[in-house]
Amino acid sequence: MAEGTYLDAISAAIIHEMERDERVLVMGEDVAGPFGGAFKVTKPVAERFPSTRVRNMPMTELGFIGAANGMALMGLRPVIELQFADFISSGFDSIVQFASTAHYRWGGAVPWVIRAPSDGNLRSGPFHSQNPEAWFVHTPGLKVVAPSTVADAYGLFQSAVRDDNPVIYFESKPLYRSLKGEVPEGDAPVPLGLAEVARSGRHCTVVTYGAMRHEAMAAAEELAAEGVELEVIDLRTLKPLDMDTVASSVARTSRVLVTHAANQLGGVGAEIAATIADECFTDLDAPVKRLGGLDVPVPFSPPLEDAYRPNAAKIAAACRDLCAW
Amino acid sequence: MTLDPLAAYRWMRLTREVDETIRNLWLTGQGVGGTFNQRGHEAIAVGPALCLEPADVVAPMHRDLGAYLVRGMTPERLLAHQLGRETGPSRGRDANIHGCGDLDLNIIGFISHLPQSLPVAVGAAMAFKLRSEPRVAMTWTGDGGSITGLYAESLNLAALDQAPVVIIVENNQYAYSTPIEQHSANPDIAERSEALGVVAVEVDGNDIEAVHKASRKAVNRARNGGGPTVIVAETMRMLGHAIHDGFEYVPDHLLERWEARDPLTIFEQRAGEHGTTIDQLRAIDSDVAAEVKAALVVAQGSPFPDPATVTDGVWAG
Repeated sequence: MAEGTYLDAISAAIIHEMERDERVLVMGEDVAGPFGGAFKVTKPVAERFPSTRVRNMPMTELGFIGAANGMALMGLRPVIELQFADFISSGFDSIVQFASTAHYRWGGAVPWVIRAPSDGNLRSGPFHSQNPEAWFVHTPGLKVVAPSTVADAYGLFQSAVRDDNPVIYFESKPLYRSLKGEVPEGDAPVPLGLAEVARSGRHCTVVTYGAMRHEAMAAAEELAAEGVELEVIDLRTLKPLDMDTVASSVARTSRVLVTHAANQLGGVGAEIAATIADECFTDLDAPVKRLGGLDVPVPFSPPLEDAYRPNAAKIAAACRDLCAW
Repeated sequence: MTLDPLAAYRWMRLTREVDETIRNLWLTGQGVGGTFNQRGHEAIAVGPALCLEPADVVAPMHRDLGAYLVRGMTPERLLAHQLGRETGPSRGRDANIHGCGDLDLNIIGFISHLPQSLPVAVGAAMAFKLRSEPRVAMTWTGDGGSITGLYAESLNLAALDQAPVVIIVENNQYAYSTPIEQHSANPDIAERSEALGVVAVEVDGNDIEAVHKASRKAVNRARNGGGPTVIVAETMRMLGHAIHDGFEYVPDHLLERWEARDPLTIFEQRAGEHGTTIDQLRAIDSDVAAEVKAALVVAQGSPFPDPATVTDGVWAG
């Protein structure tokens, strides 16, 4: 295994899946060589494969995701790159009406992956910082993945491509080049629907995903110095959701914070918190607490975005409150 | 392939018979939910579908009952589907003619958000081209669908790739209650389509020979690497948008004019030119009526889905 970034791991996983399975192709805006995509994820892919398998698309998300639906029904496995997750709304009908319902309605399998570069903290403003995963978790028939480590970026991608259903793979832009680690090689699929206990602790559980995993880990370091041991659970997949791992952690710690960078109102955390309240009530010594973004468009100016967004200090403060119960 | 006139008439008559059977079920309170009729669209659905090989793919919409039938969806299955039965192609999951997909018959089920089948057919055609398969995708949309952004996106993509796709635009004069002159600043659909880079032709949508001839040419062009074609077929929606719609907004004189041009009527008027006889057509009529009557008995005797299976099928694999 070689050291690389979170972004390198995605590129390597795409290359591996395209070598493994000739049905896999990449399509999206500006993805072809030599440009290789807005974030250059597909640059090494385009260097290795012909232009028929790394295909530039016009600026028409609704149309080319619709075309990917047709390709997938005919047995291909399109990997669709969006330039930013924010633009996924332009392709909404093709995703939430056609792709998500085809198998239930008439048995048509639509095995594609949409790669959606999401999240902020990059001072990129309202249309290049969004975390729209809740829309898709709420849509029957879609799987939703949110890797937070180099190894998971590789392994969850492999599972997403091999899945027979439409999968939305939310990449974390703030981790693209800042997060480094060992990039797996060959077959290393991480199963969809399996959370990871990123850190064990006995006082309070933090349930999270994406870049917030790393903020939660930093908060855990900070609180360890105060004698408080956080258990950090990285969900990795938001649909299907691994509530068993969450529930067994809550049974040990009796306190839980659910945190994500997406705005809190109606977010994925609300569903997790409600399920914990339903299923783990007798284990709890404190109310289930949520910490998400504010209910505003993601603001641009640094003091505003910092005010919008959860971080290690806010997570630590919330956990201190929970442990005071 | 040349048009076999008796086969063409039979498919159109079967389409009309199934359509009227559905209408009668709903008008007598035996339907489930809402439904759509296709009266007047027999030639537009049957003619193009008769130009395809079994390996080709169709993505029809709600007025294209004839295309489903030609592709091998039986009257029993179509009627069971309409009635919400387990034996229909969607096992009671989707309504009326929505979701009548079956990949074993190379039929892609449509959704209500028109023209969503259009990019899907373009993508299927792109897959055929990528794999160097001699297959063609065919889809249908309407005058309403032709004014969407997705229409432009899809035609542009088809033209860029020179994908082997044939797109039938059935201009039936109305998008629900809105006539074309109120929804299209430029009602010349062929001109708008050509501007996006595809070949576009216009045809009398009630004349099955004309529709078949144009479709055959388009299918051959697609199969031989010549890229996409739009066929704008003029017709009239002879009933309401859906079963509940009394279509009072359509002037009588328009319906009278198009009634005289009914696809089955004008076929029959030319029976001699085709080398067919009125007796042959009447024999087909009675065969088809018996076939559909028997199919309805089967469909009505079919079971409803078991509620315990309500979550089955959300996930593939």
